[in-house]
Amino acid sequence: MKKFFSSALWHGFLWQAIGWTLGASFLTLIRVLMGLNPFATFGFTEPAWVFGGLVGALSFLGGSGVVSDWFKWAKGEETPEHHQDPDGWEKFINISLDHKVIGVQYTLSALLLLVIGGIFSLIFRTELAQHGLQFLSLQWYNTLMALHGMVMIIGILLGIAGVINYILPLLIGAQDMAFPRLNAFSYWLAPPAAILLLSSMALGGFDTGWTGYPPLSARTPVGMQMFFLGVIVAGWSSVLGALNTIATVIRMRAKGMTAFRLPIFVWAAIATSIIAMTATQLIGLSFQMVMFQRLFGMGFFDPAKGGDPILFQHLFWFYSHPAVYVFILPGLGIISELLPVFVRKPLFGYRWIAMSSLGIALVGFLVWAHHMYTSGMNEYLRVPFMYSTLLVAVPTGVKFFSWVATIWRGKVTGPYPTAFLFVLGGIVVFLMGGLSGPPNATVATDLHLQDTYWIVGHFHDTLFGGYLLPFFAAIYFWFPKATGRRMNEALGRLHFWLMTPSFIVLTLLMMRIGLLGMRRRIADYDASLGFDPYHLVMTITAFVIAFSVLIFFINFFRSMKNGEPATGNLWNSRSPEWQVSSPMPVHNYDQPFEVVGEPYDYGLADSVYVKFANKKTGGRN
Amino acid sequence: MRHFVIVGVLVILVAALTNVGLNYIHLMPVEASAQSIPVDWLWNLDIEVISFLLALIIVPIAYSLVVFRRKKGDTTDAEHIEGNTPLEITWTIIPLFVVLIFAYLGAYTLGEIRVVDPSAAEIKVKAIQWAWSFQYPEGFISKELHLPVNKQVVLKMESGDVIHSFWVPEFRIKQDVLPGRVTDYRITPILVGNYMVRCAELCGTSHAYMEAPVVVSSQADYDAWVASQEAIAAVAAQTPEGRGEQLANASGCRGCHTIDGSKLVGPTWQGLFGSQVSLSDGTTVTADDAYITESIAKPSAKIVKGFETTTAMPKFDLTDAQIKDLVAYIATLK
Repeated sequence: MKKFFSSALWHGFLWQAIGWTLGASFLTLIRVLMGLNPFATFGFTEPAWVFGGLVGALSFLGGSGVVSDWFKWAKGEETPEHHQDPDGWEKFINISLDHKVIGVQYTLSALLLLVIGGIFSLIFRTELAQHGLQFLSLQWYNTLMALHGMVMIIGILLGIAGVINYILPLLIGAQDMAFPRLNAFSYWLAPPAAILLLSSMALGGFDTGWTGYPPLSARTPVGMQMFFLGVIVAGWSSVLGALNTIATVIRMRAKGMTAFRLPIFVWAAIATSIIAMTATQLIGLSFQMVMFQRLFGMGFFDPAKGGDPILFQHLFWFYSHPAVYVFILPGLGIISELLPVFVRKPLFGYRWIAMSSLGIALVGFLVWAHHMYTSGMNEYLRVPFMYSTLLVAVPTGVKFFSWVATIWRGKVTGPYPTAFLFVLGGIVVFLMGGLSGPPNATVATDLHLQDTYWIVGHFHDTLFGGYLLPFFAAIYFWFPKATGRRMNEALGRLHFWLMTPSFIVLTLLMMRIGLLGMRRRIADYDASLGFDPYHLVMTITAFVIAFSVLIFFINFFRSMKNGEPATGNLWNSRSPEWQVSSPMPVHNYDQPFEVVGEPYDYGLADSVYVKFANKKTGGRN
Repeated sequence: MRHFVIVGVLVILVAALTNVGLNYIHLMPVEASAQSIPVDWLWNLDIEVISFLLALIIVPIAYSLVVFRRKKGDTTDAEHIEGNTPLEITWTIIPLFVVLIFAYLGAYTLGEIRVVDPSAAEIKVKAIQWAWSFQYPEGFISKELHLPVNKQVVLKMESGDVIHSFWVPEFRIKQDVLPGRVTDYRITPILVGNYMVRCAELCGTSHAYMEAPVVVSSQADYDAWVASQEAIAAVAAQTPEGRGEQLANASGCRGCHTIDGSKLVGPTWQGLFGSQVSLSDGTTVTADDAYITESIAKPSAKIVKGFETTTAMPKFDLTDAQIKDLVAYIATLK
């Protein structure tokens, strides 16, 4: 406990609370001096809450000490190149510059947020099990539903950052990320962002969904503003993390690692980082404009002042559509990265898969208005966006066909390892998400599908298949690299077989009732529609999924201490990180390696991928 | 080669069964508008392609995992196949053509559902949190949308506050309703029946309950209904409480205030007039003419206890005479 109260995390939270109170009080004082109303429904007035929230987030950064080195440099003081991390668990709640520690910090935070977001969904899923309102009020339903969306999204962003941080420098043979302090800074933006986001519940909630469309978002309680602030701070983290990833891949690759000898996951990380670095600003901007509309009466989206609510939707989706590809490209990269290891065959069409990631990223920038076919925007705009949207199917198809060809004639050792099960599950569920996409792309059919449970089922499939299942695959696969122990396979398989089939049932039923008239984001539905049995089954599947996640956590924490030791090349992989023993030493590879072959030449005798300076052989077959 | 033939046959079989199965369970509601026919045509085409692609991906994966599984005692890697450029080009070019065809068909069906009948009657739709109202060409306002069968109508829709969306699943079409601009919803009902319009764009607290009946009837029934509504409106216009009731329906008051005692976002009107109302500041006030008038004109002047955190009532553009009528109507709700 003592270790916790002396940690950077605790100090950060403490300073966030102090900064928040001071900031809000300061603004309230100014309001008093100006003769303005000092208090409102939720104690402070809205401007005071917003200013306090901002000061609080910045105070967190100061209080946790993540910016100390930069201040010392500004004063002309020297700091050590590396800080010594403590040995125990407390290094994960303190500032570390080691990409592996930061990777684990990101991953644990992501899991925490996924659990919180998951609990929100269980609560309102239970409410929906029957028609009528059971135990939630309308306002609470709407708030939980909206927070489920955004908490999950930020959880996903952190999870992606976790996998990239942990694995990318190892894959390319780097000692660390290009900017270790910036890396730590990006991570430490996440806890204050999460606090801001969740604080919206205490400040009246907000009932706009995660999309925050005005004019509705200009009218909701002050909780809305905390949501905006939280997203802006989290977005900052995402932009800086992406910048760091790109710089690392450009500057820090091992000798001989040319573009087409990069591990395929690195291509996905690059594609995703390009989007995150260039598009995230737009969601920040759109939310900031609503903030200003509320705080300063600027009528950007207020028709009474000559503003336009549809303008917001354009700005918002310009990020929020590509963001979907930020979520799934790393997951698809994990699928491509792990498949060859398990099927013992080269990745089929490596270059095509690499280019398809970039293709999806680039086309993804040109499709945003397909979220707006019914919005009332200029009608002729719908047709070009239909063409561009359908084009996404082409690079996505390339990935699927290449995966099928990779699996074809592959030799998988049974019983299937959990990581491979999750890869397969990812392919199947993402396929369901992919195939339910084109009907939303063609305008005529989308006019029926838009804003229904069909869409809810569709995007949950893409995110589960494109992110969550591969994320679990990555955890089961690289867990031994981080801990030197492997996770229990029996529990892992139980996790998979409870989670994936339940999820498939859940989303198929979502799509089914969506087509029949179930709207999105409603707290209650008409009994005469006959959806009760469907909702009951969906609620049961949701609890089965939650139970499987519980099994995962038991397995995760038990295996850390008591798992079967696995220090060698457990998966018989050719990738460089498996050529050295686990867990990885602090500064990664003792000897630098040189890339001398293709990454996925499984089945080719005497071929090696990497050669270590002082060792005889690198990749094995 | 043998494997490819088996997989090919299995793909066709699974695709056909999937498609038959999906058609059998009737994915879509009934087709109640002329516009739903091209939408469903494109949808069925989508389902055929989806069934095929599902089989095309799943079958070879499953087949390979079963047939080429590692044999006991085999520790070698699989065959070293790095790729096949002609194959990659094939599965890039063919999907490219397929999506271009679909985009063309999408644009074509969009054109079909937007065919304009210049003689279409115009009904004005007003959406506010959380109610729909419909103003007919004859001038009266109703909370129900009645439409004659086989005649195109165009709904001229506008919102008084936030974004809503007009959706009747049986009509297939959905269109957002915006503040500050008028959007069109052009529909030709083809099936007599009772449907519901439900708001499809999250519009705040009571979004789930923002719905209104849609009745498609024969021309004769429609004409009779219009005549009865006109008569009711004419009678109501004679008395203050009658005008007040019409106004309450047209302005959407009852999206938040019930007249049967149940609680929505705002306090119920049943038994309100003359009762003692507890306010959020702890005081009590008698709900007389002055209090109700003030609450309509300045909604946030006094907040009823228990309604502090719900969305505040907006100010409505009403004349003093109209407010008087409303108060008279509320006074009748014992």
